This record gives sequence, structure tokens and C-alpha cells, in this order.
Amino acid sequence: MNPFAEREKALLELERRIGELRAATADQPTDMSSEIAALESRYQEILRDVYGRPTAWQRVHIARHPDRPTALEYITALDRFDELHGDRYYRDDQAVVGGLGLLRGRAIMAIGQQRGRDTKENLRRNFGMVAPEGYRKVRRLALLASRFGVPIVTFIDTKGADPGISSEEHAQSEAIAQSLVAFTNARVPIVAAVVGEGGSGGALALGIADRVIMLENSTYSVASPEGCAAILWADASKAEEAAEHLKLTAQDLMRYGIIDEVVPEPLGGANRDPNAVVARVLERVDAALTALERLTPSELLTARYEKYRRMGAWGERAPAVGG
Amino acid sequence: MPMPEWLNRRRGKNDDRDAAQWSKCPNCGEMLYRRDLAANLYVCSRCGYHFRMGAYDRISTIVDGDFTEIGAEVRSSDPLLWSDRKSYPAKLAGDRERSGLSEGIVCGFGEIGGYEAALGVMDFHFRGGTMGTVVGERVTLLLEEARRRRLPCVLFTASGGARMEEGMFALMQLAKTTAAVTRFMGDGNLLFTVLTDPTTGGVSASFAFQADVVIAEPGAMIGFAGRRVIEQTIRQRLPDRFQTAEFLLEKGHIDMVVERRHIKDILARLLEYAAKGAQRLQEASR
Ligand SMILES: [Zn+2]
Repeated sequence: MNPFAEREKALLELERRIGELRAATADQPTDMSSEIAALESRYQEILRDVYGRPTAWQRVHIARHPDRPTALEYITALDRFDELHGDRYYRDDQAVVGGLGLLRGRAIMAIGQQRGRDTKENLRRNFGMVAPEGYRKVRRLALLASRFGVPIVTFIDTKGADPGISSEEHAQSEAIAQSLVAFTNARVPIVAAVVGEGGSGGALALGIADRVIMLENSTYSVASPEGCAAILWADASKAEEAAEHLKLTAQDLMRYGIIDEVVPEPLGGANRDPNAVVARVLERVDAALTALERLTPSELLTARYEKYRRMGAWGERAPAVGG
Repeated sequence: MPMPEWLNRRRGKNDDRDAAQWSKCPNCGEMLYRRDLAANLYVCSRCGYHFRMGAYDRISTIVDGDFTEIGAEVRSSDPLLWSDRKSYPAKLAGDRERSGLSEGIVCGFGEIGGYEAALGVMDFHFRGGTMGTVVGERVTLLLEEARRRRLPCVLFTASGGARMEEGMFALMQLAKTTAAVTRFMGDGNLLFTVLTDPTTGGVSASFAFQADVVIAEPGAMIGFAGRRVIEQTIRQRLPDRFQTAEFLLEKGHIDMVVERRHIKDILARLLEYAAKGAQRLQEASR
């Protein structure tokens, strides 16, 4: 059970009571407004207390909230979307969804990791953990975007690449490595939106972009907190500690210059007003695409190279850009 | 710098400490005299088990003579101010002391079988060969310089993946090295990788499998997800052969499995094919 969703129950209960009280007093002569005001101020207090300054670990739970908009919520909010399926070799991995569509009249290639919104969908979508077939579909669609000449928009939401036996047998490493190459080489603008969890190379396979935007409570890290704890301390239960170490919040990554923009969420997280958040993200994606539209393909490739060329935790100085 | 000089300088520390030591083969249990083991390229004389090899030892078995190192001065900071049982700077200092290395990879230029090439060798003894800023930067510098000089490049991998203590800066090295590989290869230059034990995570999911020809050493563990992670996910024990070089060869993921003593010869042959091909292209375009 998501502990954040648990704590939220008390708030939802309070919300319900305020609503009931309002409805009840509407057609009664007695003035209940002071009682309502008291409840509302208590409600705001709890809201700030629960959500005001979430820790990194709390943000991990907001990012995993079952009611947080998933990639498909963004994709279906496009003006139009035509899904394209399969890797052309073996199967259609439903942990990743992609296809052509229209965003405010602009043709785009939209690709996103899709976790499930319920148990049944989670199984079909493998919790948004993409297998090699899925990354090969992603690569194919990235190449196709260049063929069409349309920009690529990705919605990142995954704990990480699928760590199963068949994924290893089907060369997960190679699939991710080649997806990275396809994004690096794409002659069209790329905007990546981290809308949920961005976990490790499995997220980065959709994450090489000219502009990376991130929702306020999304996380993006070198490994999931559980993965990091398992790797460093052989103990996945130390995930909370790892989350605090990893500097995985949008605010941290903005400060480090690893992402370009933080998109605000309502107090309590995107799950509290999904439609508004979806609209706001699409608006920011559209703005980013408009800005990138001015660059020629070769200017785009040069700028992308130089952007990633500078990435590093430098001692005294960043080395001059070479190549 | 002539090879004996740099090699002695770099290896001095290890050799003094290891001179009197015996190593036990983890595969067959044979006790091996350290000096004999070194003479046999760190391969068990009884069962052929390939021990993990230091970067400078490896370079000395691959290049003909001189090796000119580049990027040795590159250092990272501690951007996350990481500290668990030890601080990140303390971990780095400890590994520098123990391994005699400045970081997890050594890069430079030399000749292999008479063919000039760029060469990068990762070393598992430094932070498990994990890729952080310095590994990513040195690989990138090497590829950029090789591209300028139109030379083929050979990368030996040995890595547990991205370096946790550098957080997203480490993950971004996958993007950076991919950019460098893509430019390098896009200009028609050839990249060869030799995957040694272990090659997993971010290194496996980037330049290791972006190369034109992928070679692996016998018995090397190669994969994206670590064995422990998979076993915890599926809640069963994996077969011993899973994710070995031989397993990957069978599955069609790599070009060949080559014993350590033959790797230089294979690389020299590939460089010869490359040189002959380049010459033909040059003549054909005249
Ligand atoms: Zn042995």
C-alpha cells in the first residue's frame, strides 16, 4: 500500500465532511459558517503538514501514487493520436506506448512508459518496466519520427527497465544502448517530460532530449531507491535512506542543470487535479517545441551534443567542449 | 612515455604488496603463485579461469610498445555530498591508494600489432569499475581525439554499472558517451569492445553494446540487471551459465568469445581488416 495514499485518506475524509456540512447548511437557517471555516482551516493545516515540504522519499510516493496521471492520460489528451505497435521482430511490449499524433496542430511522435492504473492493467503493462522488445519499438519510432520529420515527445514513468530472465535473453543492454543512439541521432527536436518516476537507464532510453521538463513531485535517478539500496548495501529495505542520498527530486536536478524546467503541481500532487496537470504539461511541451522549432537539424544536433558533452560533476572546472 | 617506465611506475605499488602472495582460483580452488599467475596473464593454469585484470597490466599485454595516456588529469567532485558508511571522497581516496589508479579507466593511444589505435581499459578494482564523471569524460575525450586522428578505438569494459554516489551525473555519462560514440562511428570510424568480467548496468547498456564488433572473455558475466536483482524479482535461483559470455554467444548477443592470450591477435586482425578497408575506400574515391 502506498503510504502517501494512506495519509491522504484522512484528508479526503475531512474534505467529504466539509462538503456535507456545506450542503446541509445551504437550506438551513442556522449559521454554520464559523464551524465550516474552522474545519477548512484545519484542512489547510493538514494539507500543508502532509504535503507542504515533502521529503525525497515522500515525493517517491507521490510519484507512484495510483491516481497520478500516467503517460496515456497525456497521450489521450492530445488533439489526436494514432498508436503504432510492435518492434517488427518479436512482439508488442505494452509497457511502452507510442505513435503519431497532433498537439495544438503540430504533428508529433509521442512515446511513453505506461504503468498500470489497476492490478489488471499493471500485469499487462508490466508495471511500466520495459523489455528489450519495448525499447526496440521506441528506437523504431524515434527513427520513424526523423523519417516523418516530426518532433519526438516522451513521457517518462518507470521504476527501471524490466529485470527478468527473458529480458536478459533478448539483450536488454543492447536494446537500451541502441535506443540511446537513436535519440542522440534524431534530426528532429526532442522534448522529454518526466511525469512519474524516472529510474535509471530504463528511463534514460526515452530521456535524451533537447529539453527535459519534470513535474514538481516526479523523481529521476541513477537507480530506483530500492535498486540503489540493493546495489550499495545489499538491502532493498533501505530504500528510504537511498532516496534521501540520491538527490532525485526535480528541485535538485534543476539546481544541477540536469533538467531544464520544473512544472508545478497542486499542493498534494498531480493526483489531486489530474486534468489541470495534464494540460499544464502539454502546454509546457508545446512551448518547448515552439522554441526548438527555430533550429535547423544540424544546429539541433550540435546543441544536443554540447549539452550532454558538458554533463559531469566537475572538480574545479568543466573542461572545454571538444570534438 | 616508453612502456617499461610507465608500467613500472604504475604497477610498482601492487607488485610490492603482492610479491609474496598466493591467489586461490575461485573456480577450481588451485593455489596459484601470484608471479606465475601474472606471467600467465592472470589465467588459472589449471582450469583456465580468467581473473579480473588491472588496467595497466592489461594495456601492457595489448600494446606493442609505447602508450600515451590521455585524460589522466580529469577529476570529479562530490556533487551529492554523498556519505553512507564513508564519504564519497574517502571512498575515492581509499580506492586510489589500494589500486594505484586515479579512476576506473585508463585511456590513451598506442599500436596494436603494428596498427595505431585508441585504447581505453576499465578496471574493476576502482569502485567496481562504475562509471561516473571521470570514466565518462575519459571515454569521451578518447573518442573525440580518435575521431580527430581518424583512428579505430578499442574499449575493454569491466563495470558494475553507473556510480551511485554521483547520482544523475553518473546516469548522464551514458548520454555523454553515447553522443561521443555516435559522432565517432558516424564518421566511419570503427569501435571494438572487449567485455570482461563483469560488464553490467549502464556500461553494458551503452558503449559496450554500441560497438561494431563485440568480443567477450570466457566466463565473463555480462548483462543489464545484476544477478541478485533478477533472483529477487523472480524469486528463484538462476542457472550458473545465465549471463555468461558463452550464454550470450549462444543467444547471438556478441560476436565471439576469445581467450585472454588470443585477444591481442584478434584485435590486430580486426585493425588489419579496417586498415585494408579504409585503404580500398580511399582508392575507390580517387
Ligand atoms: Zn582454476
